[in-house]
Amino acid sequence: MTKALPANLEQIEVNLKKLTNQRTRSSLLGIAILILIFFGGTLVSLEANAGSFGRGIANFFNYPRDLFVDTFEMGWKYWPRVVKYIPELIITLNIALFSTSIGFILAIIFAIFSSRNLIRNKKVIQFTKFLMDVTRSFPTLIIAMVFLYLMGKSSLPAVIAITIHTAGALGKLFTEAIENCDGKPIEGLSSVGATWTQKIRFSVLPQVLPLFLSYGILRLEINVRESTILGFVGAGGIGEMLAALIQWNYGADVLACMFLLVGTIIALDYLSAYWRHKLIGANQ
Amino acid sequence: MSSSLAIQRENIRKLFPDTFKQARKSRLRGQIIFFLVLVYLIVGFFTLDVVDIPKKWKPQNAAMFVLDTYAHKDHVTMKWENHEDIKIAFEGNYRSVYGRDNLDKSIPDWFYKNSDNVGNVVEFNNKGKAILYKDKVEIVNFPKYERDFTIKLNSNGKPYLVGSEDLVIEDLKGFRITENRVEFRPTLYERIQVYPKKVEIHRYSIGWKYFWFDFSSPLEPYTFFEALGLTFSKERVVPEMSNLKLFLTEIKNNEAFMHGRVWWAMLETIVMAVLGTMFATVMALPLSFLAAYNVTPIKTLRFMLRRLFDTLRGIDFLIWSLIFLRAFGPGPFTGIFAIGFTDTGTLGKLYSEAIENTEKKQQEGVQSTGASKFLQHRFGIIPQILPIFVSQSLYYLESNTRGAVIIGAMGAGGIGLQFLGALATGNDFENVAYMAILVLAVVIFMDRLSAWLRRILIGSDQLIVR
Repeated sequence: MTKALPANLEQIEVNLKKLTNQRTRSSLLGIAILILIFFGGTLVSLEANAGSFGRGIANFFNYPRDLFVDTFEMGWKYWPRVVKYIPELIITLNIALFSTSIGFILAIIFAIFSSRNLIRNKKVIQFTKFLMDVTRSFPTLIIAMVFLYLMGKSSLPAVIAITIHTAGALGKLFTEAIENCDGKPIEGLSSVGATWTQKIRFSVLPQVLPLFLSYGILRLEINVRESTILGFVGAGGIGEMLAALIQWNYGADVLACMFLLVGTIIALDYLSAYWRHKLIGANQ
Repeated sequence: MSSSLAIQRENIRKLFPDTFKQARKSRLRGQIIFFLVLVYLIVGFFTLDVVDIPKKWKPQNAAMFVLDTYAHKDHVTMKWENHEDIKIAFEGNYRSVYGRDNLDKSIPDWFYKNSDNVGNVVEFNNKGKAILYKDKVEIVNFPKYERDFTIKLNSNGKPYLVGSEDLVIEDLKGFRITENRVEFRPTLYERIQVYPKKVEIHRYSIGWKYFWFDFSSPLEPYTFFEALGLTFSKERVVPEMSNLKLFLTEIKNNEAFMHGRVWWAMLETIVMAVLGTMFATVMALPLSFLAAYNVTPIKTLRFMLRRLFDTLRGIDFLIWSLIFLRAFGPGPFTGIFAIGFTDTGTLGKLYSEAIENTEKKQQEGVQSTGASKFLQHRFGIIPQILPIFVSQSLYYLESNTRGAVIIGAMGAGGIGLQFLGALATGNDFENVAYMAILVLAVVIFMDRLSAWLRRILIGSDQLIVR
């Protein structure tokens, strides 16, 4: 019954112990680095912050409370106010939808020219990838501010900024989608002598379009938030209105705008989840 | 051959009529959607004033903006009443005047006495010259111009171009003449303006001058590497402090590019992003367990947590930062909490979905040893989801860096606010470019860092969503 233990059991145990120790050590190192970052960051924050941390915590509920008190004082007269800001909301949504559409189209062009399975020329791929990296990495706010400065106040800077950012961000995802798609349909079309455009139209596009649309819808949701923020610095829409209302300290109206925004974003969140579910099936 | 193909095609059509009908239907649907999108784009074009771009786009402004991001200029000013008192100032700044005796700052070599020993010459980079006299300005030697020009003041004290009546429009290219001003700007890099009271010359050169050491710095005569070399030498440039200390303080206190302030602001922004993400991760971790159905049996608790995540996420970080701005004032705490609250919602949702998608077998295996519920989760679930958690948190780090810049610009401080400030001055566009490049570099660095960390921690830099 008692079989002889393998001769190298001891060696295995030693190795196991070594590995465990190594693991523990690297975990501890990771935790130490995180703690260091945390304390360093807190020190920087305490140094740079205008108000103290404790007072900030204590004041946290003051502003929301003021807003709600202001709103309750108005009673039923409040609801027409909410309706009043819907046109502004529509401007914001329009900016987001329009720039997402244009960015979507640009992203497809970017993606086609940066996919290894569609383009053979390495230089073209590198250049497009670089272009996407740059357009994606600029915060929209920075692009929008520069164009606001150059063109004056209007919605256009927001449209330009969001379009540029969307093209880069979606382009990266689209590239991944195209590169991961099945190569067999492309080969099949090559074998019957299809041209490059035909190959893209009939083998790549049908495979990736649902994924593209799903990413696009997700981007639309993000862009609604972005266009609100850009409104805040002067690009029009509900963001600009909100900034003005905060300046004038119209508590009830501020809350009305916030409600509209939050409602829209949550609604979009559910809608986009639903659409994406329909497009690409569950949990992908 | 072709006719037999056509017959075959017809036969196939007859064999599967439903398939072809459906194909046509779905194709029609695609066309309708395409048409609707097209209609929307056209509507959007007009409602968003995209058609106004040519009208709003002022090429002059844009050119000036771009020029100032990569070039610097020196102002040469001469007052007619005292023509020997010529002031040469960097960017027209009254604190950066060349040749002032209290500063050891010699006159640049492109400004010298003319060969006739009367006029003073300002030589441009393209070898064109403006010669300043007591009563006139001569413009000579400009490339692409056949002749020289002279600008004088008339008896009413107004500037005029001598002999302009005899010149054709072609010769007057680059001139802009109004009643009180004669301006000559052949290219963007040279500009000569004559007013009734004074002459002002802008001389542009390419590059960021005084990037490392500002105008009045004792290290200004040296280049960056020369100054770096000086830090190893014993001989002190200024007696008060060692060369290394001088080197660092001079870079930090650079007045033109404000390295100290900009880098500190950048650090604030990075701190906002990193601590915000950490805060969100720490908050989302326990909450996501409570919101997952295979861990928490209480349905109401799960439902409430799910709605909490939705609300946190739905109240965008714009609104969170407004609320926190009131509480904490401008500073990183606003950014940390705004990012942290929003991302607690996002990460909580993603984490709890990841927990629900874990394999049951491992947990059951631990359960079979008689382990407690806590140990089951610790050894049955956490090893499965930890890579996903790490991957997702790191993935958000990069977008949060961009978010932190934006929150900063809305009042929380950091590089965003510095950027707005530089843009608002309306002439420090080299600083605007500097900060934009810095932000770009940091965002790309964070992106690469997070991809690298994901690769060494979990072996793949793709976002894992299950």
